[in-house]
Amino acid sequence: MNDIHPEEQFKAFLEQGRFMLQRSRETGKSFFYPRVAEPGTGCVDLVWIEAAGGGVVYSTTVIRQKPPASDYNLALIDVAEGCRMMSRVEGVPPEQVAIGMKVRAKIIREGERPMLVFVPE
Amino acid sequence: MTTVRDAFPRGRAAIVGAATYGIGTAPGFSNFDLAAHASLKALAQAGMRPRDVDGLCIALMDETMSALSFAEYLGVHTRFVDNTRTGGSSFQIQVGVAALALEAGQCDAVLIAYGSNQRSLAGKLAPGKPSPWEAAYRPLRPISSYALAAARHMHEYGTTRAQLGEVALAARKWAQLNPDATLRTDLTMADYLGARMICDPFTARDCCLVTDGAAGIVITRADRARDHCAKPAYVLGAAHETSHREIAMMPSLTTSTTVDASRRAFAQAGIRASDIDVVELYDAFTINTIMFLEDMGFCAKGEGGPFVSDGRIAPGGTLPVNTNGGGLSCVHPGMYGLFTLVEASQQIMGVCGARQIPDVNIAVAHGNGGEFSSEALVVLGSAATVAGH
Repeated sequence: MNDIHPEEQFKAFLEQGRFMLQRSRETGKSFFYPRVAEPGTGCVDLVWIEAAGGGVVYSTTVIRQKPPASDYNLALIDVAEGCRMMSRVEGVPPEQVAIGMKVRAKIIREGERPMLVFVPE
Repeated sequence: MTTVRDAFPRGRAAIVGAATYGIGTAPGFSNFDLAAHASLKALAQAGMRPRDVDGLCIALMDETMSALSFAEYLGVHTRFVDNTRTGGSSFQIQVGVAALALEAGQCDAVLIAYGSNQRSLAGKLAPGKPSPWEAAYRPLRPISSYALAAARHMHEYGTTRAQLGEVALAARKWAQLNPDATLRTDLTMADYLGARMICDPFTARDCCLVTDGAAGIVITRADRARDHCAKPAYVLGAAHETSHREIAMMPSLTTSTTVDASRRAFAQAGIRASDIDVVELYDAFTINTIMFLEDMGFCAKGEGGPFVSDGRIAPGGTLPVNTNGGGLSCVHPGMYGLFTLVEASQQIMGVCGARQIPDVNIAVAHGNGGEFSSEALVVLGSAATVAGH
């Protein structure tokens, strides 16, 4: 039996402060979100690799809130390993996040849970 | 790998009844009550009762086995049933499958229905199940997904807020010609540009309505269509394509699989974009209209913003788009796909009153499901497009 438990393992790594992605040995490609097999090829020869952490903002929006709640950013990030994920860019006002901006992964804690966000390089 | 033939029984099935019910606010009705009212109207147009139908298609937001429940409600014993749930494109997919079933002789008459009391019940857009990979970032689904696409389109092609506004203004002008439309008050560019931002670059004016409403269409074989309808809408082509579910997985945020679905449906129908008299597309958000017109080939990729400007898609313009007022100004009860089919059919039937386009021979009804996830097209034609009818 395949011992990949995608969501559970990804979150356990995150809990240890590690941003990990899966990669197929055969194709050498990484993908997100984690799965039991590489999409398209169906390759199950997957290993977890530590992401380098670099990325570029592919698109961004600001979700406006009624005060006292604060507006917040929502972004799609192209990470250096060649995959895209939804996240949030922090460390700058949400409306200053721009497409093409270079960002770096950061694991924060929101409440009890670790969470992957990005900050400008 | 063998080549996919992508055959379609062009013109062998026809829509002979097409109706809406309860657009806007319809309190006190269940989804099935509303769907039944629209279905009975469509059936009556075709001179039919529920017992005359032997095929049934439906897709509701909140009930997984809605086809069974609705067959039971109407008293229909089905030989053909479809409960596809790909969001707003479900109904276009159902037309395609129904046409194949009719051609194969598996059934004689198919009812496709939808009903929603979304506004009276909750008053919110229904986003679907949250993704475990995205929920923590609190996306405002589905608005934020389309906003991300709009932002990317603006970045790549220089599309402007004023161009998005042209889409909203055109939809409103069409709605003003439709007595059933929900929003019919004047909307100016100053109103549009002055609206409060809710999810950049979108304001409420960029987002579809949240309404109640129901729709129903009846499809039968072409050889008996004339017995049920003076001017049937013949099904010339139908194709759908799926690329992803969540917006982060969409290969490019500025191009949808409407490119492939329209190429296939147009080929089945033997038409080009320039042959189309009226376009009913799924305008859940202003960016949709711009992207889908590009994807269908009415203009080059990236030129959708200038294309929709100067009233080109508004009443009196050269390309009538969303002649009922669309999801932006007419109706959007959770899923809108069946309403584009009703409007396209009615334009061919010639029953659209003040908003009727003269001499409609080819109309396109487009559906979009999820977040640009499932794209589907049905090409409808008048009798003039089908030999022998």
